[in-house]
Amino acid sequence: MRDMTTPLKKVLGYGSAHEGTDHFWKQRVSAIANVPLTLFFVGLVVALNGASYEETRAALANPFVGLLLGLTLFAVLYHMRLGMQSIIEDYLHNEGVKLLALMLNTFFTILIGASALYALIKLTLGA
Amino acid sequence: MSQSTATQAPGKKARPLSPHLSVYKMTITMAMSIVHRITGGALYFGTLLVVWWLIAAATDAQYFDFVSWLFGTLIGRLVLFGYTWALIHHMLGGIRHLIWDTATGMEKHTASKIAWATLIGSVTITVLIWLFAIFARGAM
Repeated sequence: MRDMTTPLKKVLGYGSAHEGTDHFWKQRVSAIANVPLTLFFVGLVVALNGASYEETRAALANPFVGLLLGLTLFAVLYHMRLGMQSIIEDYLHNEGVKLLALMLNTFFTILIGASALYALIKLTLGA
Repeated sequence: MSQSTATQAPGKKARPLSPHLSVYKMTITMAMSIVHRITGGALYFGTLLVVWWLIAAATDAQYFDFVSWLFGTLIGRLVLFGYTWALIHHMLGGIRHLIWDTATGMEKHTASKIAWATLIGSVTITVLIWLFAIFARGAM
């Protein structure tokens, strides 16, 4: 069969979904970021096992801890939204239900992110 | 009435389906692929626990102590242990995928070995994390 793809389409490499490897690549970049960040998070939680309210607040108010925790949450939320998008696209075949689920996926991610950010800022400022 | 698809109303014929998961013998790579997705989905909702903990620390001592107590109950600990395992397993599974992205370790037997390694590794690391957390702090 004759190739109907235009030279421009070939160069762009976006394919039929017009996204190319965009989703795949973002998934991988955030995955790599997640490895050290998650290890930091696990270490922090282990260190704070059984810690009192004051000890926990003091640890979370530390600028390095707060910044790393913020980065961890950003990378994790970014990664998990992409992952859930794949799950939704794989299993939900009704167009309306799929669109609703994709929207809820974004809303959930933003809700979690905003809540975490709010808590982190409050803890950092010691309020 | 004939059961033949030929007599059914047009457009309502059951279309032939290609063989799916259920016709294959379960292999370790297949199981770990499924587990990777399940742990990913679990971790998605697990973020609720992280944010709950952060919000509790940002609220007041009374609420923080309540959440700490809740996480410390038997059910709370089971959930957190499961969360730890899901996190470590998904991480190791993800690293496995990153290795595959470089087109290495894809030979059948190698792939199976790496799949077993992620399972054994995740359970071992999870137990070690919990043992360390318990003995380092003495706050079981």
